[in-house]
Amino acid sequence: MADQALVTLTIEGVEVSVPKGTTILEAAKQAGVLIPHYCYHPGLPIAGVCRMCLIEVEGTPKLQIGCATEVAQGQVVKVFGDEALKARESVLEFLLINHPLDCPICDQAGECELQNYVFQEGRSNTRYAEYAKRFSPVEDFGADVLYVPNRCILCTRCVRFMEHVAEEPVLNVSERGDRAFIGIHPDATLDHEWAGNVVDLCPVGSLISKDFLHKARAWELDRTPSVCTGCSQGCNINLDTRSDVVVRIRPRPNPEVNRHFICDTGRMHYRWMNRGDRIEAPLISRGGELQATDWDHALSEAARLVSGSGGRAVVLISPNASNEAMFLAKRLVAQFTATLAFRVERVDGEIPLSGVPGLALRAERAANVAGATALGYRDDFDAAVQAIEGASLVIVVADDLEGVSREALQKAVNAVYIGTILPDAARGAALVLPVANTAEEDGTLVNRDGRVQRYLQAKSAPGMARPVWWVLGEVLKELGRGESLFSADEAFALMAEAEGSFRGLSYANLGMHGRTMSEARVSV
Amino acid sequence: MGYPHKPHEKETVILSEYFGDAEARSYDGWVKRGGYKALKASLEMQPAEVVEIVKSSGLRGRGGAGFPTGVKWSFMPKEKSKPHYLCCNADEAEPGTFKDREIMRWTPHALIEGCAIAQYAIQAEITYIYIRGEFTEPLRIMQAALDDAYGNGVLGDNAMGSGRRLDMYIHRGAGAYICGEETALMNSIEGQRGNPRIRPPFPAASGVFGMPTTINNVETLAAVPHIINRGPEWYKSLSLNNEKSCGTKLFSVSGHVQRPGNYEVTMGFPLGELINDLCGGMRQGRTLKACIPGGSSVPILNREETESCLLDYEGCVEMGTMLGSGGVIVFDDSADMVYQTMRLARFYAHESCAQCTQCREGTGWTVRILERILAGQGEPKDLDLLLDLADQMTGKTICVLSDSCAAVVISTIKRFRNEFEAYMAGTREPGVVAAGVG
Repeated sequence: MADQALVTLTIEGVEVSVPKGTTILEAAKQAGVLIPHYCYHPGLPIAGVCRMCLIEVEGTPKLQIGCATEVAQGQVVKVFGDEALKARESVLEFLLINHPLDCPICDQAGECELQNYVFQEGRSNTRYAEYAKRFSPVEDFGADVLYVPNRCILCTRCVRFMEHVAEEPVLNVSERGDRAFIGIHPDATLDHEWAGNVVDLCPVGSLISKDFLHKARAWELDRTPSVCTGCSQGCNINLDTRSDVVVRIRPRPNPEVNRHFICDTGRMHYRWMNRGDRIEAPLISRGGELQATDWDHALSEAARLVSGSGGRAVVLISPNASNEAMFLAKRLVAQFTATLAFRVERVDGEIPLSGVPGLALRAERAANVAGATALGYRDDFDAAVQAIEGASLVIVVADDLEGVSREALQKAVNAVYIGTILPDAARGAALVLPVANTAEEDGTLVNRDGRVQRYLQAKSAPGMARPVWWVLGEVLKELGRGESLFSADEAFALMAEAEGSFRGLSYANLGMHGRTMSEARVSV
Repeated sequence: MGYPHKPHEKETVILSEYFGDAEARSYDGWVKRGGYKALKASLEMQPAEVVEIVKSSGLRGRGGAGFPTGVKWSFMPKEKSKPHYLCCNADEAEPGTFKDREIMRWTPHALIEGCAIAQYAIQAEITYIYIRGEFTEPLRIMQAALDDAYGNGVLGDNAMGSGRRLDMYIHRGAGAYICGEETALMNSIEGQRGNPRIRPPFPAASGVFGMPTTINNVETLAAVPHIINRGPEWYKSLSLNNEKSCGTKLFSVSGHVQRPGNYEVTMGFPLGELINDLCGGMRQGRTLKACIPGGSSVPILNREETESCLLDYEGCVEMGTMLGSGGVIVFDDSADMVYQTMRLARFYAHESCAQCTQCREGTGWTVRILERILAGQGEPKDLDLLLDLADQMTGKTICVLSDSCAAVVISTIKRFRNEFEAYMAGTREPGVVAAGVG
């Protein structure tokens, strides 16, 4: 970046220096000014049609659109000058004459850019004295998307996404003038794997998600940064929760991973987070029956099982478990000859988002394969299952044990099952420890490009379930091999100290966009 | 004009010399009338020399904007790194304008020759002639002439024996007014929806298919062979008012005159004379009330302004209007100016491409207010509202369609406010206005 020519300009009295070729709208963001806009979106080609971002540029007689006007040296930009404010107020008035004021029943209310800007810069009354607004019935665009034409402001973000990003141009602007609407090819539906993004892109409640319809009002939602566990791409997401229930997943922009987008598989990959059939208490085997117990008892029993055994150990871990969990499980069996294994679902082929190089729904349908591999786990589940026989310690973390019998675990006297739900085979374990799922804990995952990314706790864990890092930390403490861990951050710090692949990384320097392992190596 | 009437003695007949002369449509007939000499002469010059001649002739764009043609040509990259294109804008759809239609109907080779010279001057491989979809007869005639030109070696891989390749295609529009806007026209040629593009980039940098492109009006290009044949000084000398406006201009006169039609006069010709002498004045027993001198998109003039307006770029600006495309629409005292305004606004509402908010919503809203006024349900504050909307529809959009609608409203209210107020006061009988747009 250092050799890129910088241009210095003044926006609303704030001087900023930005690379040549930057638009005024983007430069304004750096000056701390958000220029109101609808059709502009950083992930789409510029259209310049909504005319909402009209601003004053000193020395230019006409108002300019911030989204398409490049910065120039010494430029003086006024965003909130009288003329610009009047023009934007007028755009809002024009948009509202055919926009139904059905905000009380609109899914978008509370996160609607029309609503927001009208509150910010619009008129408090209407001058539209004509009888009726344009009316067209709701249309089903297929897959998860409904089109409500009455609310449409023709910003064309959806059209440009399908044409230039998904590269499946099935949407268009049909008709002209104020009869215009978004049309869909008569033989097409929005069943493209990445089509759901049009719902996020829509600045108003015109394209809405059937899945989210009437589930919550925007102001009832809490948003938590997370990472999608649907595949090894590691798309950044926000988990939207209402009263401790995940109700929606939306993309969280990360220029290095998923830009502004997620696939529909990822978007719908949240119901498991809300499962009701969870293990809510530690369970201990008494006479072949699992009985609930408290954590103190469970932890000392776990320590007993681990310390009491010697020889060979097997760890079967889910490739969606956090690095922290994988690291601590590995540390727990450090005195054993250990077989560390995971298994991962693989499907045929990837589904790329054509317009964004390096972004696809990956064939490898798990989020932390790279982390598991870096920590010494092998993708050889079958061999590990074979090794259970004769092992003196078996630890299973969040694997559903499909294909493994209850007897197999029963035969291994010292089997500990650490998980969120209790598959039948796990009933053969000597001890069952309830843990939080990805939505209920902090942690990190490593995507296919070696990017270590944090995810945050979005909801509380049920009953007595605790994060894996806490559970394993306590067991290690019981064994006299460590102190209690109070946060995932501490678990990560231990890992960064012990594991070369993570050296130099910390929660602080990962930030919310993550860092790659190779970046970390370079900076150490 | 020559067709269907004999040219009036006050006309300067250059472009329209062969209007009505069917033989001029054929290649042989055109050559017999001195055709393709200018192209041959041009091909023997350097392209830059041709540009220089047109520059010094003072020729300005006849499509409406009046930009100097030679200067526009000189914007094309001198060093060729990509293919260049010439587009001929024959999407003549401005209400009140029908001059390009006659050029194509009667002198198709004049246009082909002009295109070929321009194409050579800007070093373009290909010319697209974009003809309005409704122009079925001009299309047929142009296609026949083009085939004829290819057949006689005017175009093709050895144009007029010059060793240069010149190709020309006709592209038929599908009936959208907005496709006459140059960037929308280029989108249309590319097979896209005819939406105007944001500028920059300008066509000379990135036009049709992203390549350097020049786009000129039919009448502009048809004048080029005459300039080559008779020299830029001759062309420059054709000026009655301001030396910045020279040459001849075709005016399409429609409305309440005795003899509507196309008239070719020297730049600076008085509008009053055009109406009263050339067109034979108003209908029997009627008097002049108003006139739109340059196609529906320019501000309307009242009687006094009309009678003192000189028809060139500067003369029209002096009267608060524009020369535009030369579509002269004349209204007599029977015209209801509120209705006329609504009718024109409807046209713009119908033709808005729907990209820019102000245009998409503003044109429709304007129509609905005017309809309400015509129905006798207007309120005094509606005029201020109309003017405020018009102000917000001016200078804020990608193209000038929105501005054109606003210009109609602003100029009519300014000059005929009493007619609007009569509807509001109930002193004028409410009109029955068919609902709907278009």
